Amino acid sequence: MGLLNSMPGAVAQGLIWGIMAIGVYITYKILDIPDLTVDGSMVTGACVGAVLVSLGVNIWIAMLAAFFAGVLAGLLTGVFHTFLGIPAILSGILTQLILWSVNLKTLGQANMSVSARVYNVALSQLNKGDAILKLAIICAVLIGVLYMFFGTEFGAAMRATGNNPKMSRAQGINTDFMKVVGLMLSNGIVAFSGALLMQYQGAADINMGRGAIVVGLAAVIIGEVLFGKISVNFAVRLGGVVAGGIIYYIVYQTVIFLGIDTDLLKMLSAIVVAIFLAVPYWKKRFTRPKIKQGESGVSGDA
Amino acid sequence: MLEIKNATKVFNPGTVNEKIAINDVSLTLNNGDFVTVIGSNGAGKSTLLNAVAGVFRLDGGSILIDGNDITGIPEYKRAKFIGRVFQDPMTGTAADMQIEENLALAARRGKKRTLRWAITKKERERYKEALASLGLGLEDRLTAKVGLLSGGQRQSVALLMATINSPQLLLLDEHTAALDPKTAAKVLEITEKIVTEERLTTLMVTHNMRDAIAHGNRLIMMNAGKIIFEVSGDEKKKLTVEALLAKFAEASGSVFSNDRALLG
Repeated sequence: MGLLNSMPGAVAQGLIWGIMAIGVYITYKILDIPDLTVDGSMVTGACVGAVLVSLGVNIWIAMLAAFFAGVLAGLLTGVFHTFLGIPAILSGILTQLILWSVNLKTLGQANMSVSARVYNVALSQLNKGDAILKLAIICAVLIGVLYMFFGTEFGAAMRATGNNPKMSRAQGINTDFMKVVGLMLSNGIVAFSGALLMQYQGAADINMGRGAIVVGLAAVIIGEVLFGKISVNFAVRLGGVVAGGIIYYIVYQTVIFLGIDTDLLKMLSAIVVAIFLAVPYWKKRFTRPKIKQGESGVSGDA
Repeated sequence: MLEIKNATKVFNPGTVNEKIAINDVSLTLNNGDFVTVIGSNGAGKSTLLNAVAGVFRLDGGSILIDGNDITGIPEYKRAKFIGRVFQDPMTGTAADMQIEENLALAARRGKKRTLRWAITKKERERYKEALASLGLGLEDRLTAKVGLLSGGQRQSVALLMATINSPQLLLLDEHTAALDPKTAAKVLEITEKIVTEERLTTLMVTHNMRDAIAHGNRLIMMNAGKIIFEVSGDEKKKLTVEALLAKFAEASGSVFSNDRALLG
């Protein structure tokens, strides 16, 4: 199989992980919460979707159910974090562990085949062109809906919560509530992407979410680096995140094509993400802060 | 309007760092009162303001606004009655959001946040006018990120946000302390203008004795968690910094010490 032949598959997988990364973007970028629930909630979405499809439920309803299963996972993490006062990272890890059991029980086994030849699924790797088209439409709709949502009074309050919680409370925003809703929305989207991946691969697997957060972060960072300068428009940024997912998978496939030991791929992904996360910190350490003139001057047009 | 009854707050109780930040403080503000608060380091000025704002729970006493007991109400719900400006210009505004978005967030303080657009065309006009009244040229930069503004500009926007819906109570916590003297004077001038125009009941902590005397109709001095001196009306107008320092020595039995205090 040539490298070029693997590209449609990379684009389709990249789109799915791009959707997942949009979920990560909501917590990591907008709410400023590093949420590790996603490693579990992505699988939850896949498991719920797989089981429902195997029971003969309509695939779109199964995907909706997967979304809501993720919403519940986010609710759990949110309650751990806000109501019980557990640090965000630990809250996510706890939910992730709970979901491991939940996912196993849901699926009833470690993996389940959901072949497009047997079941009525919306997309599959058996028809990559069709899958890419449908995924692109789903991405566009999702970005459109989120663009509008974050432009509402409620959405603006959520953005403010992540940007400056102290100010938000002073302006009457229930920051704990906003964090919980944000986690629910994020994990709903992640679980939805899990249901998409399940269909595309033709199987749900208890291990399919391992390291999902790293892939999501990679997509967010790639999107930021490449598209952040183009426009500050929110829709463009989300589009950048999806593009980040696609680029990640194109690079991934290329690296595999070049013959690297696939056992090392997760390690390499993590190292790449670590480097990118470190860049802003080291930039700050080694560049002199530019002192602007009239920094605190009222009349200064800083 | 605002009644603080026997408010007590102890930080780090039962440890070597135990500190009685405010100790059985009672204070009543009438409608339209503009009270300035001065005191040495650790006197409890900011703690008193934070207690009113609901940042923490009191260990004793109660707080009432217009006769309603708000002692147990969380911070974000009290925001319905209270506008606040903080000392740090970074604290009062959302840096990554636009000026108009910040104002729109503030305009919905105490209201339900729905799925309607965060900002309407009509209110944009209103913000433009309000910003123009600051005289800082911000009316042409509605969609600029607040993080791009200078400290003084940010404090002015924060002041506008705090007062946008004529709150029942305005809390200013050394809101000019982080600014250079010229900028501080300008922000204080804007403060005076808004408070007078809207007839806002205001509690202003300041480190500047001259400002404390020049502004407001009442002045209270705090030391070691207690109000040790209060003056209002004509008597306050005649006050001098020297007289205030003498009062402090007399009431507290020590010398006024505040590393930021501007005496002259």
